[in-house]
Amino acid sequence: MKSVVVRFPGSNCDEDMYYALKDLGLAPEFISAQSDASLDEYDAIFLPGGFSYGDYLRTGAIARFSPIMAAVQTAAAQGKIVVGICNGFQILTESGLLPGQLMMNEVPGFICDETELVINQKTSAFTNAYTAEQILVPVAHADGRYYADAETLQRLEDQNQIVFKYAENLNGSENRIAGITNEQGNVLGMMPHPERAVETLLGNTDGQNFFKSILATVAAQGVN
Amino acid sequence: MRENVANPMVNEPTPADIQTTQLYEQWGLTPAEYDLIVEKLDRLPNYTETGLFSAMWSEHCSYKKSKPVLRTFWSKNERVLQGPGEGAGILDIGDDQAVVFKAESHNHPSAVEPYEGAATGVGGILRDIFSMGAQPIAVLDSLQFGDIQSKQTQRLVDGVVAGIAGYGNAIGIPTVGGAMNFDATYQHNPLVNVMAVGLLDQKHLHVGKAEGAGNSVLYVGATTGRDGIHGATFASVEFDSNEDQNRSAVQVGDPFMEKLVMDATIRAIREFGDSIIGVQDMGAAGLVSSTAEMADKAGMGMTLDLNQVPQREAHMTPYELMLSESQERMILIVKKGHEAQVQQVFNEADLNAVVIGEVVAGLDYQLRFNDEIVADVPVDFLTSAPKVNLPQVKPARLEQATTEQYQPDVSQPTQVLTQLLAQPTIASKASLYRHFDSSVRTDTVVKPGGDAAVIRVRGTQKALAMTTDINSRYTYLNPYIGGQWAMLEAAQNIIATGAEPIGITDCLNFGNPDDPEIYFELAQSVAGINEVAQKINTPVISGNVSLNNETDGTAIYPTPMVGMVGLHTQTDHITTIKAKSAQDAIYLVGQLQGQFNGSELQHMQIGAISGDLLPIDVDYAQGVQQKVLQAAQQQLVASSHDIAEGGLAVALSEVLFGTTFGATVNVDAPIEWVFAEAPTQFVVTVKPEQQADFEKLMSTDAVKLGDITNDGQFKLIATNGQIDAPVATLESVYKDSLCQQLQ
Amino acid sequence: MYLAKIKVTYKPSVLDPQGEVIKSALHRLDYETVEQVVQGKYFEVKLTASDLEDAKQLIESMAEALLINQNTETYDYTVEEVEG
Repeated sequence: MKSVVVRFPGSNCDEDMYYALKDLGLAPEFISAQSDASLDEYDAIFLPGGFSYGDYLRTGAIARFSPIMAAVQTAAAQGKIVVGICNGFQILTESGLLPGQLMMNEVPGFICDETELVINQKTSAFTNAYTAEQILVPVAHADGRYYADAETLQRLEDQNQIVFKYAENLNGSENRIAGITNEQGNVLGMMPHPERAVETLLGNTDGQNFFKSILATVAAQGVN
Repeated sequence: MRENVANPMVNEPTPADIQTTQLYEQWGLTPAEYDLIVEKLDRLPNYTETGLFSAMWSEHCSYKKSKPVLRTFWSKNERVLQGPGEGAGILDIGDDQAVVFKAESHNHPSAVEPYEGAATGVGGILRDIFSMGAQPIAVLDSLQFGDIQSKQTQRLVDGVVAGIAGYGNAIGIPTVGGAMNFDATYQHNPLVNVMAVGLLDQKHLHVGKAEGAGNSVLYVGATTGRDGIHGATFASVEFDSNEDQNRSAVQVGDPFMEKLVMDATIRAIREFGDSIIGVQDMGAAGLVSSTAEMADKAGMGMTLDLNQVPQREAHMTPYELMLSESQERMILIVKKGHEAQVQQVFNEADLNAVVIGEVVAGLDYQLRFNDEIVADVPVDFLTSAPKVNLPQVKPARLEQATTEQYQPDVSQPTQVLTQLLAQPTIASKASLYRHFDSSVRTDTVVKPGGDAAVIRVRGTQKALAMTTDINSRYTYLNPYIGGQWAMLEAAQNIIATGAEPIGITDCLNFGNPDDPEIYFELAQSVAGINEVAQKINTPVISGNVSLNNETDGTAIYPTPMVGMVGLHTQTDHITTIKAKSAQDAIYLVGQLQGQFNGSELQHMQIGAISGDLLPIDVDYAQGVQQKVLQAAQQQLVASSHDIAEGGLAVALSEVLFGTTFGATVNVDAPIEWVFAEAPTQFVVTVKPEQQADFEKLMSTDAVKLGDITNDGQFKLIATNGQIDAPVATLESVYKDSLCQQLQ
Repeated sequence: MYLAKIKVTYKPSVLDPQGEVIKSALHRLDYETVEQVVQGKYFEVKLTASDLEDAKQLIESMAEALLINQNTETYDYTVEEVEG
């Protein structure tokens, strides 16, 4: 298993993601978003949180034109695991890899907290290692309100693409959506930060099974 | 390109005009200072030169008025790798690692433009940290606002909180603590003090020195515009309540740019550190201050070609280029011939990195523009503002005050506790701190809401505790004791987490120092801080002075802010304030005293503070603190919390909040005393099986008061009254009061 | 040289939290007759184009490619020829 963390100018959870992946055995490397290299050698690609391009214009709007995004699109089409956390989720929706959009929180302002997430899809590539119904995961965002039109929301529900829902709707997201996948189930975006919840010393380990699920999924796919 | 541009300097007053119209006075230079410049240069300074001196000789850059006091600070011990005088101070924490920290005020900019003022305060202090070669790891904010009920305060709170969040969250350095107080004394003059902490591998240590003739002066980061010109002088004058006229002196921050500059600077130092001689942030008085200070510290001269400075606006003059306080800019001194590899690091991040001049032998500081010399002054003269020795007089209010104590009305103890928990100084700030990202970088072990924040040092067993403390009400009543108390309070906060205090930084926020009473307050509070700093072995390694915190002639309370850092050698020693389990014993460490002068209770009941403070036995305090530290290091304590505003009753409530527990305690003292305030008291809980060991260690310094219970009820019985209330009721008051009052 | 002035706003059905906050602030300042506030974005873009039609096509293309998110935003614009 090999994974890679894409660093955009303004990413600031890139190292956090790297350490979480490393500690949990996902063997990460870094790659610059300015690179036009192939991502063929990696089994899982992570777009970390942060403020790519200062969140100027709209969150993720400029980052999605980064050279690396062509390779991310290719990897997604090949069925590889692609994960966008927070700003990474925003980049995935802007680039069309996931439907909908992340908008300013219902009550404007940044929220840094821990919140209960309902695991809405237990068998997904990202949740199969969880036995709990709910997990406590850190959130840290100002633009995390998931929005999509009614038809898209219905489709997400019908096709079991909503992986995580907020137990309490802290930012006004439609259908309490905290994380979704694409139709194929290999691309996930979520606002909460599982990479901030992997160490006992920091008081929360509920994020560990997120990464263990990905490990299991990649193992089942057969490692390169 | 420059051939096409008309000389932008044509409309500047001539040297003779400047002398006749005394234009320099508007920029803060006194006639005596101006005459001294004329004498030393042996000619009249031109417009650009006059501007350079007015900025460099402002209090903000030169500390000419506060220096006699600052010089007394104790700043050396076995850990100190860098004391005051650099971007930030540095302390050895073992394993060839060091902690770097400094605090800075951004009071005046935040008063006129709260969002940008606070945001650029964060940006500026972070540059001070990474200019030393360190990775910033945490930011703390000490914020003082006026009356919480006023619309003006609410606007300031919204703006300042959003500004800190907007900048700190985006750059990805966690905001882990600080303090937020409300008092009418800050109504027109809020205080925004920001402390930043960084982690350094000692081999990457760099300072701001321009050594070696022929070496290049490299400008990196954002372009220079006309923003913030005379910010340094602006910070050094009193406020007029007509704010609008000062608006142009406020800069706008760009955290995205700063993130790029920070990462590239750290990378350049790590990869090409041997080629980089010195690094300095362009802070107050931008280009002139950074370059002149670096040259002066190395005993060298410098020439700069101002046409090379990356510019955001057309037709900027040398005066504007030198004094601009545009943000996110740094100066690096790079070994001749090694420029390209350093520039490459910045260029890869799409950042400017331009050689704008060179270090020269001698002490000439020379500026060229459009092929002419536009300024030529001795650099050591430019950086040595004439000293000012100001008189001190003990204020009349201090002469008259006695230590006879205010006698509070505590006939309804439960109600008094409830009211105290609702006071804006005491009530939970969680609803505001929620806007700050406190966990990015995934090193935050103790988040905001603890006595001190704790950040682990990844890859080691170490962690760093950090806190800021202000107690201006005490300092107002007795500047010396207030200074001692601020230090002891900070140390208690660090020790409550299980860390050993190792050093401090400070922001000294005072009124106009030309007022002998204010200068007295400054000198006395510094003396109080200094006495304790030496006694507890926490050198003062950096700091900042903010004077003229007055509006229309009324000064704020004397407000020294102490920022302290502590070291955990083992993360196992980290202790938090929350109760851990029922049946744990509750101890009071230290002694209750019936001190109410300056207390939250006095302020709540009579709307004012008065009287003198009781003297502090610093040796006793230090002894008690050492024992609490030993107890934490021997892992004998389940929880530990400093007793501060609102006394024992409030502290014990806070131990229970966020849990399902209650407490039943008996206090062998009058009920009033559980609300009294005195330095060096802790409330500590201890597991039943460890009580014998704990009591043996603490001897007479700890008294068992009772136990943590499962019933969720707060029961405190004193000799003449009792408190009895559900913890949940108290907690909802504590949690909701601030929001309610801010609306 | 052409100068385009482009205004971007949320589609009417989309919640605009900043607009709502500004509206209530205005109410607190006693502007009680304020019924709606929409906060949008404004861009001025200077560009060269072969003629006005070409300029319009370029502007519409760049607006849809980057300046707006078509899920939630809409725009209108003016364009005029200006001195370089």
